[in-house]
Amino acid sequence: MHFVFTPPGGSAAGLLDLPWTVPLEDWDDERLVEIRQRGLSRHTVRFVAEGGVVYALKELDARLARREYRLLRRLRSLGLPAVEVIGVVVDRPDLDAVLVTRFLDYSSSYRSLFANARYGHPTDRLLDALVELLVRLHLAGFMWGDCSLSNVLFRMDAGAFAAYLVDAETAELHPSLTEGQRDYDISLARERIAGELFDLAAAGTLPATVDPIAVADDTVRRYRALWDELTREEILSPADQRHRIGERLRRINSLGFDVDEVELVDAGPSGARLRVRTRVAEPGHHRRLLMARTGLDAQENQARRLLNDIAAFRGYLERVRGGPVPEVVAANQWLAEVYEPVINSIPPDLRGRLDDVELFHEVLEHRWFLSEKSGRDVGTSVAAQDYFASVLPAVPEDLTETGRPPDRTS
Amino acid sequence: MAAITMKNIVKRYGDGFPAVNDVSLDIRDGEFMILVGPSGCGKSTLLRMIVGLEDITSGEIRIGDRVVNKVAPRERNLSMVFQNYALYPHLTVFENIAFPLRLAKVPDDEVQRRVKETAELLELTEHLDRKPANLSGGQRQRVAMGRAIVRQADAFLFDEPLSNLDAKLRGQMRTEISRLQRRLGVTTVYVTHDQTEAMTLGDRVAVLRKGVLQQVGSPRELYEEPVNLFVAGFIGSPSMNFLPASVDGGFLDTPLGRFELRDSRKAAAIGDRSVVLVGIRPEHFEDASLVSEEKKAKGSIVRVRVDVTEWLGNELYAYVPYEAPEELAAQLRDLSRELDSDQLRTQAVVALDASSLISPGREAELWIDTSRVHIFDPASGENLTRDEERVEQLSRMAEESRAAQREAQREPAG
Repeated sequence: MHFVFTPPGGSAAGLLDLPWTVPLEDWDDERLVEIRQRGLSRHTVRFVAEGGVVYALKELDARLARREYRLLRRLRSLGLPAVEVIGVVVDRPDLDAVLVTRFLDYSSSYRSLFANARYGHPTDRLLDALVELLVRLHLAGFMWGDCSLSNVLFRMDAGAFAAYLVDAETAELHPSLTEGQRDYDISLARERIAGELFDLAAAGTLPATVDPIAVADDTVRRYRALWDELTREEILSPADQRHRIGERLRRINSLGFDVDEVELVDAGPSGARLRVRTRVAEPGHHRRLLMARTGLDAQENQARRLLNDIAAFRGYLERVRGGPVPEVVAANQWLAEVYEPVINSIPPDLRGRLDDVELFHEVLEHRWFLSEKSGRDVGTSVAAQDYFASVLPAVPEDLTETGRPPDRTS
Repeated sequence: MAAITMKNIVKRYGDGFPAVNDVSLDIRDGEFMILVGPSGCGKSTLLRMIVGLEDITSGEIRIGDRVVNKVAPRERNLSMVFQNYALYPHLTVFENIAFPLRLAKVPDDEVQRRVKETAELLELTEHLDRKPANLSGGQRQRVAMGRAIVRQADAFLFDEPLSNLDAKLRGQMRTEISRLQRRLGVTTVYVTHDQTEAMTLGDRVAVLRKGVLQQVGSPRELYEEPVNLFVAGFIGSPSMNFLPASVDGGFLDTPLGRFELRDSRKAAAIGDRSVVLVGIRPEHFEDASLVSEEKKAKGSIVRVRVDVTEWLGNELYAYVPYEAPEELAAQLRDLSRELDSDQLRTQAVVALDASSLISPGREAELWIDTSRVHIFDPASGENLTRDEERVEQLSRMAEESRAAQREAQREPAG
C-alpha cells in the first residue's frame, strides 16, 4: 500500500491507521460520519472525522484517482474554487485506490438546500453560482466533463452562494478551450441539472413550481450571457472609446472577474475592435483586503459586506475623534469592539449553525431590519441578542456540514 | 444512422506538433470501427474531432452527407456512451432511460414506445419499475447504455469506456456492447489501447501510430497480413517475434539458426537486400518432436536453448534468448518500448502444444511453419511479404461473416 499526501501532511497522519485493506463500503470505524443529503456519486464515498476535520474518501480506479488528485491540485494552484485534495492511497491489495479530500466546512449540497424551506426556491442563486464556477473553469481551460449540481458544494456568501467543484474525475486541462468543448460541457450540464431536478421531484423535495427543464435551459442561457459579457468583442467608435472601455471593465469587475488584458485592434473608419481577456483568478480582491486588515477569512461578498461595515465604523471614529483615523487602526478597533463581541456572545448550543462571518452578516441584516422597523439605529449588540433569540434557532442544524464531528448519542 | 467519412484530417496544436496527421478513414454505415494504438497515437484526438470537441486544423469530416467541421457537438446527433453516466436514485429505470427524451420534450406516447423497445433490447423490461439501487453492476451499465440508445443517435462513440471497470464487469460489458451493436446496427467508433478489445469487438480496426494511420482492416487481416513492423508487433499477444536475418540465396541465417524460405514469392520480395527482419508469431513454432513427418517437410527445424518455460494448461510458452547485431537490437528495443511492451530483452517467445516436454535450460528442436513467416525491411519496417490476394479474400470473408451475424442478431429470439 502506498500513501501520497500533499504537504503539510501532518493533520492527515491520523488517517493512516484507517482500515485501508478493507473495501470502503465495509468500513466500520468510529471515526466515520454521515453527511446528510449529499450529492449523487458513481463511486463509494464515505466521510471520516479526524482531528476536528472531516475528510471525504472516494474509492475509484487508481489511474483515475491519481489523475483527479493531480487535477484538483492544479485547480487549487490556479486559485479556482475546488475542494482541497489531501492525498491518494494506492496499491491497496486487490482494491481500487482511495482519493482523500478535505470536506468543505460550512457547505451545503443542492439536496439539502432544496430540502430546507429556509431557502425557499434557491434555484436562482444556485444557478448563478454554478454558472459562475463553470465560466471560471472554462476561462482557465478546464473542461469539466461532468458539470452537475451533485458535483458542486455551495457555501453561503452574504446571502448569495459560492460554488466549489468537488469532483474532477472527468476534467481535462487544456491551454484554452474550443467552442466545441464548451458547447459539450454546457450541454452536459443542462442534461445533468435536469436529471438531478427530476430526481428531486421524484423524491418529493422539489417545489412544485420549479420546472426541471426550464431550469436546465435557463442555466444554458445564463452561462451564455455571462460568457458573452466577459469575452465578447465589440466595435467602439473613436468618440466614446474611453468611456465605453471603462464601462465594460467596470461591468466585468462588478461580475466578480478581473481583466487581464485589453486589446484595441484598428477596425477601420468605424472605430476600433475591443478585445478583452478576462482573467481567471479567485475573485479575491475584497477577501484579500479583509484578510490583510483583520485576519478574517471570508467569502468575497461577505468580505465586501464586512469591509463596508469597517468603513462605516471608521467614519464614526473619525467623527468622534474629530480627526483622521488610519484604516488599520479602525479595522483593529472594529474587530475588538464590534465583530468579536458578537461572535463571542453566540449561545454555545447554536454555534455551528452558520460560519462566523455569515452569522455576522446576518446580524448586520437583522440590525438593518430592526432599525427600519423602529425608525432608529438599534446598534449591533441589541440586534445580535435579538437575532440569537428569534432567528438563529430556526436555522436548521443540518443545513451545512461544519467539519466538526457530530455529538454522539447512543 | 450514418457513415462517418474522414478526409485528410490534420490536427496541429499550438506548438506545431501534428497529433493527427493526414488521416483518411471511411467508417461505413452500421460498422463497428475500432481506433487503436499506444498512448499518444492520436486515437482519442481523432474521436474528439468526430464528436466536435477538437477543432480540425485541415481536412474534412462528414457524418452522412453533412460536413460537420464547424457543427457544434450537440448538433451532430452522436452519442458518447458511458462517459460520466449518472443514474438517479429516485427515478425508476424507465425514467432513467426516458429522461433525455423528456428533456427534448418528446410526446409521451413516443417516449413509452421508445423506452420499451430499448428495454427489450437490453433485457431490462422486467426491471423498468425498479430503482437503480436494486440493480446489479451490469444492469446499471445497461441502463446507461439505454439512455444512449433511446436518443436514436446517428452513431455511438466510446472513449476507452471499460478502462475503469473491474476485470469481470469489463468482460461482461465487452460482450454486451458487441451483441448490442450488431443488433442495433448503429455506426460505432470505439477507442481503446487494448489490442484484445480491438480484436474481439470490431468489424474493422484502424491502427494509429504517432498520428499516422498505419492500417485499417478486419482483425484477422491485421493479424495475418500486417503492413509493417509496427502493426505486426502491436497486434497479437504475446507479440510477433522479430529475428534479424542475413539473406543467403533461398536461406535465412537467424540467431535461432539457419532455415530455408521455400517460397519463391517471398524470396522474390526480399530482392537484393542482404539483411532483413523475419517475423514469426509464437504459435508458428512447435516442438519438433510433436510434428508429423509430412508437416515437418513443409517447414524448417532449428536447435535452440530454452531459458524459461511457462505451462498454461492449454499451451506451453518457452522463452528463447538470442543475440542480435547491436544496431538491429537497438531498433527492436525502440519498437518494443513504443508498443508499451515489457519485453526489453531480445528473446523469442514460442507457444507450443501443452503436451510438449521441453524443459528450461535444455536444448530443444523447434519446428517453424515457414509458410506463415513475414519478412520486413529493417530500414522502413515495411512488410515485404504481405499477400494482397489473401488480403482481399480476408476482407470478403469479414464482410460475409458480418452480414451473417447481423442477420442472426436481428432474428427474433426464441
